[in-house]
Amino acid sequence: MKYDALIIGAGLSGLAAGIRLAMFDRKTLLVEKHVEIGGLNSFYTRKHRTFDVGLHAMTNFSPRGVRSSPLGKLLKQLRIPHEDFRLCEQGVSEIRFPGKSLSFSNEFGLLEQEVAEQFPQQIDGFRRLVEKIRAFDELNLDDHATISSREVVASCVTDPVLMDMIFCPLMYYGNASEGDMDFYQFVIMFKSIFLEGFAKPKGGMPYILNMLKDKFVQLGGEIRMGAPVKAIHTAGEALRAVELEDGEEIEAGCVLSSAGYVETMGLCQPPQADADRHAVGRMSFIESIFVLDREPRDLGFDKSIVFFCTAPRFAYRVPGELIDVTSGVLCAPNNFQYPEPLPEGVLRLTNQASFEHWDRLARSDYRAAKKAERERALNELCKFFPDFRPNVVFLDTFTPKTIRKYTGHLNGAVYGSPHKVKDGVTPVRNLFICGTDQGFLGIIGATLSGISMANRHVLQASRSPIQQAGDVHA
Amino acid sequence: MTSEEVRKSILDIIADIAPDEDLSGIQDEVKLRDQFDLDSMDFLDIVMELRKRFNLEVPEADYPQLVTMSSCVEYLTPRLKDHQPVG
Repeated sequence: MKYDALIIGAGLSGLAAGIRLAMFDRKTLLVEKHVEIGGLNSFYTRKHRTFDVGLHAMTNFSPRGVRSSPLGKLLKQLRIPHEDFRLCEQGVSEIRFPGKSLSFSNEFGLLEQEVAEQFPQQIDGFRRLVEKIRAFDELNLDDHATISSREVVASCVTDPVLMDMIFCPLMYYGNASEGDMDFYQFVIMFKSIFLEGFAKPKGGMPYILNMLKDKFVQLGGEIRMGAPVKAIHTAGEALRAVELEDGEEIEAGCVLSSAGYVETMGLCQPPQADADRHAVGRMSFIESIFVLDREPRDLGFDKSIVFFCTAPRFAYRVPGELIDVTSGVLCAPNNFQYPEPLPEGVLRLTNQASFEHWDRLARSDYRAAKKAERERALNELCKFFPDFRPNVVFLDTFTPKTIRKYTGHLNGAVYGSPHKVKDGVTPVRNLFICGTDQGFLGIIGATLSGISMANRHVLQASRSPIQQAGDVHA
Repeated sequence: MTSEEVRKSILDIIADIAPDEDLSGIQDEVKLRDQFDLDSMDFLDIVMELRKRFNLEVPEADYPQLVTMSSCVEYLTPRLKDHQPVG
């Protein structure tokens, strides 16, 4: 049986691409190696509790009726009413550094006011930076220039602490590179976090993912779970067939892969020469989820999300040890504006981590290391925050190894390769990349990535590259 | 289809693509893009819906013909004359 399109990976980008293709009667098969949908934004169950993976909050919040925003585009392209996402906005979030604190919310004015108060010498420069960001077209898929964000920010803001405080949330929520980030990524993240903002869907990732999956299936799409791809067979520059782990060979007019660029090239038979030259992502994280016996607010945690750094300067790079405890993200899901309170209090703590160090551990040491590192992270956290340990009734921790195991992304790199393939093109003529390594990140970004790549490479495939250039998002 | 039925079909397509828009006050001579905040992604969907509903391929070169409601009707009526309206 031949499909018009085969999609690798039932994460957000794969599901969204699938919906677009099935909507216009393309015969589409979606294959997923894991037994759950979601990829890097999935969920898991422990002791009758379901936890989201990766999701602290959805960025890019825009209200109903706004059609030109990333969320607005996503909703109309997938034909989903805004209310179906059941988004509950954040309260107030914070960036907390030694001696400095900046609050922000889904009203950008709050951050501006905080910068003016805490960094009065810097506010004019900060406003100049915001103007630059607003004017930048970060969604142009055909702009391949690389611009250093640090240089752009330094041309407007001179206080190193303010620079660090601006970078900290943007890097934690979407930077695949160490140290610096490409300016278009910086703009995407700045807009999605500060100019738009945070919300959480009622029902979490299972709700969103199942809605997308149901829509795909209702439109006639086929989905196979627990079906890893063993090889992508090519002949010359063209795709011939996709072979599944069980040996079945499937023919498809084209393949959209969300497995990651290097990961996808690694599946190609014969091997693609390009595979070894492409940068492999290394940024990964450890996350601990703490279920509490009361609301976080009752323990002194009143913010939705806090991005913190306990050291004088913020570093974003793979740590030279298992984890770096001196910075992190603390999320209190309860402090989002849900229509009714969540059943239990929860805090989630994320720190930068090194896949290499975790991978090196003997199996017998791995569990003990998880516990010890979690304790070390909490000790550091308690320099800045109240100690909530006596109120923890359940906890679970996942590491870069866990992420690697379930998503297949090399090094557990949640933001993929630092080198993004914005147009999704690979050396194989009808094999395209979507998702993390295409370059739109986060939940909304990943979903838009699937939409854009399906539009560009399948639905608009008869159009010339020049005509397609840049207008996918125009 | 008659030109009136073609017009109705186009309205149905726009209503599906932009469910939040009020289409009752549509002006046939004003660009759709300017009236309804439609972008290139929406125009792709209009073309895709024409293909899906009427098996009609609109070549890239003809996209400018779809700019207003009246130009859509003028362009599509001869091409859809043998079709029945599709709900």
